[in-house]
This record gives sequence, structure tokens and C-alpha cells, in this order.
Amino acid sequence: MSSENLSSETIAGKRLLRLLVNGESHEVACRVTHSLLEVLREEMGLTGTKHGCELGECGTCTVLVDGQPVYSCLMLAVEAEGPEITTVEGLAQGGRPHPLQRAFSDLSAAQCGYCIPGILLAAKALLDKQPDPARADIEEALSGNLCRCTGYTKIIEAVEQAVAQTNEPHE
Amino acid sequence: MRKRMSPMSRDGKKNGFSVIGKPLPRIDGPAKCAGDTRYADDIVMPRMLFSRLLRSPHPHALIHGVSVRRALELPGVHAVITGEDVPTKFGIMPSTQDEEALAVDKVRYVGDPVAAVAAVSEDVAEEALRLIDVDYQVLAPILSIEGALEAEDHRIHAWNRRANIQKAVSFEFGEVDAGFEAADEIFEGTYFFQGNTHLPMEQYCALATYTPDGKLTLWSSTQTPHYVHRALSRVLDLPMGHIRVIATPVGGGFGGKSDPFSHEIAVAKLAMITGRPVKITLNREESFYVHRGRHPVKMWMRTGVKRDGTLTGMWFRSFLDGGGYSSYGLATVYYTGALQTVTYDLPAYKFEGVRVFTNKPPCGPKRGHGTPQPRFAMEVQLDEIADKLGLDPVELRLKQVVEPNTVTVNGLRVSTIGLRECIEKVAASSGWKEKHRLLPPGHGVGFAASSYISGAGLPIYWNDMPHSGVQLRADRGGGVTVFCGSTEIGQGSDSILAFAVAEELGLRPEDVRVVTADTDLTPVDLGSYSSRVTVMTGNAAIQACGNLRERLFEVASEVLEVPADDLEMEDGRVRSRSLPDRGLAFAECVERAETRFGTLGATGSYRPPRHPGDYKGAGVGPTPAYSYSAAVVELHCDSDTGEIRIDKVWIAHDCGRAFNPLWVQGQVEGSVYMALGEVLMEEQIFRKSGVHKIPSILEYKSPTTLETPPIETILVETDDPEGPFGAKEAGQGPLLPVIPAVSNAVYDAVGVRIHEIPVTPDKILRALDQRLKDPTVPSFEFPTPIRWAPGQGVEVPQKS
Repeated sequence: MSSENLSSETIAGKRLLRLLVNGESHEVACRVTHSLLEVLREEMGLTGTKHGCELGECGTCTVLVDGQPVYSCLMLAVEAEGPEITTVEGLAQGGRPHPLQRAFSDLSAAQCGYCIPGILLAAKALLDKQPDPARADIEEALSGNLCRCTGYTKIIEAVEQAVAQTNEPHE
Repeated sequence: MRKRMSPMSRDGKKNGFSVIGKPLPRIDGPAKCAGDTRYADDIVMPRMLFSRLLRSPHPHALIHGVSVRRALELPGVHAVITGEDVPTKFGIMPSTQDEEALAVDKVRYVGDPVAAVAAVSEDVAEEALRLIDVDYQVLAPILSIEGALEAEDHRIHAWNRRANIQKAVSFEFGEVDAGFEAADEIFEGTYFFQGNTHLPMEQYCALATYTPDGKLTLWSSTQTPHYVHRALSRVLDLPMGHIRVIATPVGGGFGGKSDPFSHEIAVAKLAMITGRPVKITLNREESFYVHRGRHPVKMWMRTGVKRDGTLTGMWFRSFLDGGGYSSYGLATVYYTGALQTVTYDLPAYKFEGVRVFTNKPPCGPKRGHGTPQPRFAMEVQLDEIADKLGLDPVELRLKQVVEPNTVTVNGLRVSTIGLRECIEKVAASSGWKEKHRLLPPGHGVGFAASSYISGAGLPIYWNDMPHSGVQLRADRGGGVTVFCGSTEIGQGSDSILAFAVAEELGLRPEDVRVVTADTDLTPVDLGSYSSRVTVMTGNAAIQACGNLRERLFEVASEVLEVPADDLEMEDGRVRSRSLPDRGLAFAECVERAETRFGTLGATGSYRPPRHPGDYKGAGVGPTPAYSYSAAVVELHCDSDTGEIRIDKVWIAHDCGRAFNPLWVQGQVEGSVYMALGEVLMEEQIFRKSGVHKIPSILEYKSPTTLETPPIETILVETDDPEGPFGAKEAGQGPLLPVIPAVSNAVYDAVGVRIHEIPVTPDKILRALDQRLKDPTVPSFEFPTPIRWAPGQGVEVPQKS
């Protein structure tokens, strides 16, 4: 992707950006000081991405940037022009939930659900890289995402279930 | 009175149920996993303004004036309010209404709100806060329990009788002196449980609108919309009928979102002034200051025992550091003394407790509300007693487990109790006998057991109305909607309603629509606290279904030409039990019933049974049913570094009937996790300036996936007669035994007793060095005890 700026001009501290989110190109005007998190939620209406601290401490706002998990509160929106950004809204394909989403739902791994979008994306980044991870790999990959409800137990089991279902031979 | 179907009448169904007891998914899972659930901060309104609160930088100060002139002149600022705009005091407990939405003439902790701004953006609102001038007269802060008790002429509040004492209580149940005289051995110890906070991932957030018809609507991340509704009416002087409170799906509460809050009142007032929607989202640092979390509690405990470990008497003292306001503290102080009696037979018991004000963020209810602290002290002391008497700690408990259907010495009625089975199962699956005192140095196991309430027996404000109400609507197309004021905070309360209704009406849970936590649409449910929701909403839903079913059966009986008592609802049909091919579709039955009776609806409600205790203070502790838990923790403790690694936690929980095993496991696992955070690392601690030492997630340590051990959950089912389908609570109780079990396991591993929570490496090293002193407790003259013994009260049979 080219990272061509639509305009380098700023009006009231705002600049026009083109962001590629969930396979769609969006043109948004945003303050140069605003984080990717703020722009996703407040300018683009993608409120599936949550915030827990806005200081890079809790992992709740995790999104994927070119497949890598990133705390979107720590990335400026102006830095996010060019790469492919994936949020929780982009996980389902053609109306079908991602195997991770299905497994999390089936095991009731989402309690309050607030940390789940970030955790799903961190887990997707792992599975895309390592389709058959050991439990220790899952724990490591999710160690940057806090959850206060579940004790992580059902979350880790859900990732394992998604792996098992994805790797099952198709009929 | 609701009807109970015996499992016999439900042949062909596992456990006699179609959806209860099965590991089916929650109804809110798909939306939560799609990022589609709308939490409070996800709501956006046209013309919305943003609010920020100005908070006190001082722990204790008089306010001589607040000037908002410069802030109002800032472009983009639409309104600024101060204490004078919302001066009416409020608070969750009717007898301790000592909070102000914005401080009027005094601030009582760093972070106490003083003014609120509404502006076109958060940035502008934040800038405006810097333009508000507050004239403070700084007072000496009181930051410790001892400091509060000593400062007899330096008060934080003026309303309370004794300086800085919010509440002091004293009880004697049975003959305590005689109990100690009968003992072969007397044990004493002091304990300290440091405060900690809930740390839900979602920060506090609220949004208000005030429309031209004079109606106020508040969306808030709250566990108790009904109490917020009452507080708004009081402070804003609006009739409750003109206020609508909607609890949005709560992104984690754990007790921290159970009070009416300043930010809720502030946005409501700002919306009334500006006529525009106003939203506020607190940042993480503010959330640490809003707090209402676990009280720091100092404890002293004396226990008398026979040589075989039989308890003869117990005397327990607690000193609670309440912070700047009362919050739930009145209940908390009682809870530190109430539930000691419901696990093991105790013939005599004395309890004295006091909660003091300090210039720190107010403490309140956190998972287990006031009971984890005394349970820690008690289970550690029992472990020491077993050790000194040469008894196995598991055997010591097993020989004196409370029997079912007993009234305890302090007047609490225990109905079902699966504690014995919990203890036996957790000991067996953990290999307790092969491990305790037998593992190599540095490696240990610890045991503890506990109990918790399935809902408080009394409402927070005195009334005889239902604690929970349900309305049911049946649509011509066969759709069913259940309306209930209960609040989904992640514990699964919406799913409980859908499954209860599906079970009762023979429908699929996904065919039941659930509308909750909206004071305009839903009948009152008191809120998501005290583990009350499953028992109370479940029973109300069952009753509503029974009422609807009567009408449906009346028409079905005629159509199918079978008696109504031969009918059942199953697989979306109303059909004859004896002639199963005679049936009609649920939708058709609804149509016929609507033709006959007009619009179909039904209600159900629930109020807990009356309890035997009738002394003043007996309102805290009774419940429809007690849950029980037992835990074994295995850990490694490095005697060079003091570091603890938890290898595994085994936990058995008596949840009545497991309403849904997946959800119950989830609650148990989450409770174990939260306990591990409290026992190993979490601390809500303050500098001498009253400033929080670590108000960030980075520094306030909490367990990640890497610190959370494998958890083996064993569900013990007791089928409680009061619980819906036999269910009891699961969301709080399992936290309780884990904390003392860790402390006891550290003793097994390295031979030192840690009487303080959290159990941190520095304390272990000091203990190994024999430099860790036992916690001190202040001297304090408690009131003359209220004396009471079972049989003195008026016995009222349990309603069931």
C-alpha cells in the first residue's frame, strides 16, 4: 500500500488520512495527536475496539496492523496510514464468525466481554503465525491482554478449541 | 407460590431438564465476540457534549470558594457546575447519606470531585478544569485506622456520633466465657488484609440526556440502576417517573459499580442545564480513586478448642479502614463478623467491629464483600490450631461441619450445605494426604474452606416489596420477551433469564428475548450485588412462567381435550403427557390464549424468606441459601527470593444445582483468579500525601495468563429448595478459600506464617529472617455487646 497523504494541510490540528481498515479504505479527518484507538472509535464508529487504560498497559485495545498485534492506544493514527488494520469487526468473513469467535462464544469464554475483542485479535495473530500452538505459546501470546473475569481458563480453552476445529479435516 | 416440577415428571430429559444443567453457550456470546455489544462509552449522540470532573489534589481540605468564571469563558465550554448546584447529600445506605456529587465545603480524599465541566470535546473540558480556581484550606489528613481513632477532636465528618467512627458494633452469641473455659487450648492471632481494588477493564462511564418534555435519561455502566434511579431523583429533585436509568452492559464490575456516583449525577445535571447529551468517561487513574474496593482490615481473633480440635468458642475483632465516605461500609462492618458461624459448628461467638473514616478513596463492596478478610484470618488460625494439636487441617474441619437445616449461634439459617463433600473432593483430587507436610522444602500445599450468601436477605432500603420482578410477554408469533431490572455485569444474568424462561415454557433459549436493566421498561430488580441475581430473578421468572402457563394450559386443555394437569411444554409445543401425539405448537397456543384472554402477559416476583435472627444488626448475613467452597493450593516458594509460583488450584464449590456448568465454572475460575491477585500482589496503597502510590495498571500488578495457574473446578450439587431449579450462587464464594489456602501453603512450603495480605516476597524473606512482626491492632472501647442466642428470636418458617 502506498502511504500517500491525502493532504499534508492541517485545519484546527486535524489532518485528512486514508486508513485501510478491515479491507475497506476510509478517509478521515483527525487530530495529529490522536491515537489509532481514538480514530477507530470516535471518527470511524468502530467501537468494537475497547479501551482500558489508554497507556499501553492492559491490551484491551489490541488491533492487528499488517497481522501484528498492536496496542492501538499507543499508535498515532497518522502512523497507521498504509498498513492493513484489522479490528474485531473484521474478523467475521462473509457473515460467518471466525473460528475463534465461535469457540469463545460456545465455551462462554466472554463474561463481561470487554477484553474479548483485543484477546481475539491477539489470538488470531498467534494462530496465523503458528496454526498449532502449545498451551504455553497461547499463554505467552495472550500475556499482554488482561482479563479480570475469567481467570483466562475458558479463554485458553477456547483458543485450543478453535485450533482443533480449524485443523480438523473438512468433510 | 411457584410450582416445582419434580424430576420424575420430566422423564426423557437429562436431570429432568431440557436446558438447565447443560453446557450450553450464553446468549450474549455472539455479540460480545463480534465486538457488537454496546458498552456505555460506545454510545454516541447527536450534539453530544463531553464532561470531565475537577478532583481535589488534597486528601483533606476545606473549600472556601470555587470560581468557574475563567473556565466558562473558554470557547467550547457549555456549562460548569460546582457543589452548590447539586448540594443534596446521597449515599447507597439510607442511614449514611454522607456523599455530595461535588464537594460543597470540604474534600475528604485526593480525587474527591469538586466541579464538573461540559464542553464540545474531552480536550476542551480538560483544559477548562485548569481554569477553575478553588480556594482550599488544607487540613491535616488522617490516613490510618489508628490515626482515625486517636484524632478525637479532628473530624473528617460532622454527622457521626464519635469522631471518625462511622460504625462500631458488638455482639455476643451464646456464652463465650463458658466456651473459652471449656477449651483445652486457646489460640490468639492478629491479621491484616490490605485493601485492593476491582480493576474492571471498562472504566466508569455515563451519558445523560434531558429532553424538552422534562425527562431525564441516564445510561451508565452501573451494577445497580435502581439505586442510581433513587439517588438521581433525590439529588436532582425530579420525580422518579421523570427519570429513566439504563444500565449498559457492564464491562466488569466486581462490586465497584454498585454505588450511585458523582459522575452520574454530574452528567445528569449538565444535561439538564445544557439541554444536550453529556457523556463522561473516567480515565484509569480516576478509576483507582473512585475505588469502593476491598477494605483494609486489621483483625484479632481468639479461638477455644478441645484437644481433638472441636471448637468451643470464638471472639473476633475487626477494624476497617473505610476511606472518606460511608458507601456500603455499614453493611461491610457487619459482614466482617457474620459468616464465621456457617461453616463449622460454633457454640459461642463474640464479634466486635468498627469502621473508621480516613482521608482516602472510599472503600465499599468487592467480590465477597467484607468476608474474605475474616475468612483469611479464621482459616489461617484453624491451620495453626491443627498444626499445634497435631491434627490434619482437613480432618479438623470435617469433624465439625455444620449440618443441613440448622440455625447457627448467631441466628443464620443454613439450609443445604455441601461443604463436607467439597472438602472431601478437593482433598481427594489434589492428593492432599500424600502431599501435606510431605513435599520437599520449598514446595507446599494449603487448604481452606468458606461460605457465602446467595443474595442478601434484606434490601438496602427498608421495604416489603419484591427484591426482583419479572414481566413476561407472549407474542402472537410465539415469541416471548422477558423484562427484568437485573443487570448484566458479565456474570450471565441475561442468560439466566433466557434459560429459566426457556426451561419453564419448553422453548429454546435463543427464542427468548431478554430486556433488562431499564427503569422505564423493566420491573425493579435491586441490582447485581451480593450474589443475589440468579436466585432472585430465576425465581421471579419461574413464577411469571407459571402464571402465563396457566392461561396457555386452560386453552390447550380444551383444544386437546385432556385435563390441564396432564399438559406439559416441550420442544416448542404444548402437549399431553399421557398422549404425547396430542399437542399444539406454542405459537398457536399463544394465539388461542390471546383470542380468549386478550393481550398476554404475566408477572412474577421474589422476596427472600424471613430469617430467624431478630436482634439489631441481624439483617446482614441471612440469605435464601449459603454456597460453600473448599480449596487446595499447591505452590513453590523460593526461600532465597521469597517468590511464590502457584502450581495448581483445586476448588470445589457447592453451587446448589449447577444452572449451567460452563457458566458456573467460569464464575469459579474467575473467583480463583481474583483471589490469587489479592493474595499475591494487588494493593491499593497511598503516600503520606494521600496520593495513590500506584494508580496505573502497569504498577498495580494483577495476574496475567502467565501468573494464572491451572484451576481444577469441582462442582458439588446440593439442589437447594429455595434456589431456582435448585441453584445457589457461584460468583463470589469461590474467591474466599483461595486466599488463606495460599498463606497455609506457604507455611507448608517454607515454614513461615504470613498474617498479612498480600503475601509478597519481601514479607516471606522477613519472616524467614524472623523479622516479620505480627500485625498490630489498635485499642478501642467497643460498645456493650448485644446478647442473643438461638431460640430467642421469632421463628418464621422458610418460604419456599
